[in-house]
Amino acid sequence: MGSGDALGAHLAHMLASGMNGMRTAGDLVMRMQMTRGMRLKEAKAYVADRLGASVRDLSDGVVMQDVRSEFGLGRLTELENECVGEPTAMEAKFNIAELLDLPINCVDRFRDRVRSLRGDQGRVRP
Amino acid sequence: MTGVRPGDEVVLSCDGSTSMRASRLDSLADAEGVGNDLCELQQPDYSYKAVKTVVPSEQRLMQEAQYRLTIPVQYGAQADLGRYSKPDGPCPNWSQLLPEGRIDEARAAQEEAAAESEEDMVRIGEAMWEAGADGMNFDTSGAAGDADLLAVLKAVRRLREACPDMSIELGMASEFVLGMHGELEWEGVRLAGVWPVEQLRLAEQAGATIFGPAVNMNTGRTVAWNVARAIAIIKPCMDVAEIPVHPNVGMGVCGVPMHPFPPVDAISRVSRAFVEILRVDGL
Repeated sequence: MGSGDALGAHLAHMLASGMNGMRTAGDLVMRMQMTRGMRLKEAKAYVADRLGASVRDLSDGVVMQDVRSEFGLGRLTELENECVGEPTAMEAKFNIAELLDLPINCVDRFRDRVRSLRGDQGRVRP
Repeated sequence: MTGVRPGDEVVLSCDGSTSMRASRLDSLADAEGVGNDLCELQQPDYSYKAVKTVVPSEQRLMQEAQYRLTIPVQYGAQADLGRYSKPDGPCPNWSQLLPEGRIDEARAAQEEAAAESEEDMVRIGEAMWEAGADGMNFDTSGAAGDADLLAVLKAVRRLREACPDMSIELGMASEFVLGMHGELEWEGVRLAGVWPVEQLRLAEQAGATIFGPAVNMNTGRTVAWNVARAIAIIKPCMDVAEIPVHPNVGMGVCGVPMHPFPPVDAISRVSRAFVEILRVDGL
């Protein structure tokens, strides 16, 4: 986008036309554009299909909070005692990668570095 | 304020999510908290030439950001070819050579700078990918003319071949690529003078996954006039694009007023016009 004014301009665009990231499914649609190069209509349809939701639901903050919780995709939390037990960022990205059938670079690297996730019973270095 | 109809919302990419009011990691977390679809780690100089001197610390920050954030985190900066010319860089200064009529020397200097820039962008891109980045942003491409754009296209192609799953956003500097060199080509297309639809094709050929056209403002005209002009210039892209098109709608481009803090009502009108008239894939 290149908003320049990192606060005002970007927030104004978010209010006027943005999907609003983890409040809804904005980050998921963005991932399909970034990694698969999908155009908007195709990306929204793909994510909606994977979530079992309608395209309209993808930008509904109320609906998507429940959907994100159900699939463990991570939710925004404001207070310390809110959403206890929610997946952390990396845990959520593992779930996102699986749900969207999408390679996520940091998830793949995390998996490679954690011995138990690799199914490797030996030491990382002999 | 105005806005699009429910269901018509688009995703928003960005060119930098950090500010001086908080640490860079905290800034990225704030970006996620307010609802960004993606955020970008950046170094304040926003130049790949400057970044290359601090790559290990940038990698570490990227790794930390990836552990902390759920939304995609990309790394971004500009090719910023002018910084490779003397006195800031190693190459002869073509802006001094051209007025003296030393055309061949000026062209050679730009080619030398483009080669240096390409190497820096590839090295940094590979380093950030190794640190877990979701993608790279090559912002304000073509700012120093056709050699600047050529360096970016070559870097994008090499990164696409090395990292097939990497997101690569190629954002432009203006609607018209200046021919500071004048004879540079990419796969038979002369880069000097290409407009957004040709820029899009170049970005696709190189391997970009998101294309960001930019149309500069005429500050003597109204917001409405500038939005109409920007939409008319970018419109040919929308019918032929095979990758998402995210027009740059920050200060001073594509109808957003030329001011560090553009009026919110004007921004909302620009935003809505691009979504409802142009049917963009994102902003």
